[in-house]
Amino acid sequence: MSTEISDALVVPSAQAHTGKGLGTGNPADEFVIEPPRKRTRKTPRRTRTNFEMLAWLFMRLSGIVLVVLILGHLLIMLVLDGGVSKIGFAFVAGRWASPFWQGWDLLMLWLAMLHGANGMRTVINDYAEKDSTRLWLKGLMGAATVFTVLLGTLVIFTFDPNI
Amino acid sequence: MLAAGGPYPAGLTDTEAGRAPNPLPEGFSVPAGTLYRGREGMWSWVAHRVTGVLIFFFLFAHVLDTALVRVSPEAYDTVIQTYKTPLVNLMEYGLVAAILFHALNGLRVVAVDFWSKGPKYQRQMLWTVVGVWVVLLAGSFYNILEHTLLTWFGK
Repeated sequence: MSTEISDALVVPSAQAHTGKGLGTGNPADEFVIEPPRKRTRKTPRRTRTNFEMLAWLFMRLSGIVLVVLILGHLLIMLVLDGGVSKIGFAFVAGRWASPFWQGWDLLMLWLAMLHGANGMRTVINDYAEKDSTRLWLKGLMGAATVFTVLLGTLVIFTFDPNI
Repeated sequence: MLAAGGPYPAGLTDTEAGRAPNPLPEGFSVPAGTLYRGREGMWSWVAHRVTGVLIFFFLFAHVLDTALVRVSPEAYDTVIQTYKTPLVNLMEYGLVAAILFHALNGLRVVAVDFWSKGPKYQRQMLWTVVGVWVVLLAGSFYNILEHTLLTWFGK
């Protein structure tokens, strides 16, 4: 009996976690996770990209940048100079008068929202088993993310201290 | 050909080991618990998920409240007043705790993935993360909660 995995025996991704397509004849196959990068002629075009690898890399790179951006943000907003008590419209206007802090907040907004959205995508994929549930949750989360990122960007770029 | 006993070392048979019979035929076994499962590695993964989801939901609220600077200074300042009440101030300390854990443990995950000795030292790195987390939280306790402490106990 061969341990080779033949194209013909590879099952659709919905059943992949059962490992039933391994076809080695070993009953323990049921508990074996199919090789995730297996690509065949039948693999849809959209799954032939490196999206998941790029998402994995993005989480690590954005995470390192976010540690600096967010811990700096928390230090200024909640720890230094009386903590939260100093925050108000005038404080925000003073900070956004500088392009440096505008850029800081803009980068923080985009990286944090995309990092969070991709994390939520992973969590939804892990726990929502029904195809339609996953689709709805990810659609809702994606729409909320796009809305929030665009709103935040608009606010930073159109901020008017003399409103 | 599969080695005798399947792809995993079978060890003793169920009868020899005095275990309840395995529903699988003799000689085949399912991977048992690993060093990661049920231990520090798994619980840090759980904590990373929980803190990540909490932070993401706060982020939505935070972008929305900040967007009020485009409505009017009064609208913004009114909402920011709630951030200065003792209850929400305490929640901010909790938020800082969640973010600090997620940040420090995230750096540990990066080390596990990219540093050749990362997986070997993942446990030691977790306890380092917990140690730094406790020190940073203790160090920022007064500054973050100063507003509440002054409200409750006066100058």
